[in-house]
Amino acid sequence: MATSFNSALEILRTTRVWKSIFRRGPALTNRTRSLAVFGNLFLHWLPVKVREKSLRVRAAYYLGSLSLLLFILLVVTGVLLMFYYHPAAPNAYRDMKDLRFVVSNGVFLRNMHRIGAHLMVLLVFWHMFHVFYRGGYKPPHEFNWVVGVILLLITLFLSYTGYLLPWDQLAFWAVTVGTNIISAMPIIGSKVRFVALGGNIVGENALLRFYVLHVVILPLLAFLLIGIHFWRVQKDGGLTVRSKEDDRKS
Amino acid sequence: MSDNQQNQGGLQAGLRPEISRRDFLNEITAGALGVAGLGGAALTYQYFSPNVLFEPSTTFRAGNPDLYPVNSVTFLQDQQVYIVRTPEGFFAVSAVCTHLGCVTQWKPEADMIACPCHGSKFQPNGKKIEGPAPRPLPHYAINLSADGELVVDKLQSIKPDKVLRV
Repeated sequence: MATSFNSALEILRTTRVWKSIFRRGPALTNRTRSLAVFGNLFLHWLPVKVREKSLRVRAAYYLGSLSLLLFILLVVTGVLLMFYYHPAAPNAYRDMKDLRFVVSNGVFLRNMHRIGAHLMVLLVFWHMFHVFYRGGYKPPHEFNWVVGVILLLITLFLSYTGYLLPWDQLAFWAVTVGTNIISAMPIIGSKVRFVALGGNIVGENALLRFYVLHVVILPLLAFLLIGIHFWRVQKDGGLTVRSKEDDRKS
Repeated sequence: MSDNQQNQGGLQAGLRPEISRRDFLNEITAGALGVAGLGGAALTYQYFSPNVLFEPSTTFRAGNPDLYPVNSVTFLQDQQVYIVRTPEGFFAVSAVCTHLGCVTQWKPEADMIACPCHGSKFQPNGKKIEGPAPRPLPHYAINLSADGELVVDKLQSIKPDKVLRV
């Protein structure tokens, strides 16, 4: 079975289509393996070589990768929810109820999105604490630490804007309270609140604004910064791993 | 070299010699982009500030004064305003808590207005009994219309000692 699979793969590799996509032979040597990573859009921001030690679970508990995985899960479930949700005051609450009680597997998707979002906030915080206590903010990682802090803020804003979308009492009052905190800013506070809500009360305009922020602007920003964040890990010399010397010092 | 020659030509014409054509074009381009950027930011801000709002009107009629007995506090749910009538007259108190904007409730048995969100307490005239609310509840302008109905303007806050005598 394995040999027939391998020989099928060999034949596939000789085809013109395969060669036009991958442009090189099998990754048998270190050089071709490196080229395989360099030449692939989805892999090029990964380090070409990784120390075995940094792949141990205890090195980072994979918290950053798990956060990315959750982000992808939230994008997929979120896009699926968008097929049934209208961001308008008369529909929003009903659509949410429909997703829970009428749409096949709707409750599963909605809860996956909801619980996944809670979990992502938790994981991102956990990731931050872990990096902080490991000293991952020290040179040469300062820039990536700042990118990480912005990603944390985006995660919180995504969580907050998504909170309004069910359009229930909890959502309404959470956003009423939150936007009143904005208006406590000196001088520009009430103007910022007016623009954020598109009015004086949490109404139709606010729902649409939060929706657009939640499904377009914030995910795109997060996507861009996640790319930079992962790429920078490689450029800053890989994952931060405590060496034996560090252990001896501490 | 040709740049230098041009600069010397510029010097004779009384222009600053140190600025090259490239620098000049870079500067006016950056300046133009800066102006366009500022204008764009202003236009974007205007675009995001709606001119027409489909929100409840801030001025409303609260009906005939006889609807409200003396020494009573009436909560108008739609307007989020208390109409208070004392022996001296009428005043309108906002029902929106000055802490974080929750709608307060009138508790007749305790003779106070209480916020369900974070426990702020107010007297019926809006004065704060206890926090976390930072300010007393504001009083809104209240007047009589030509046909004898109470009219409240929620955009106009007035001093709490002003009372409408009917």
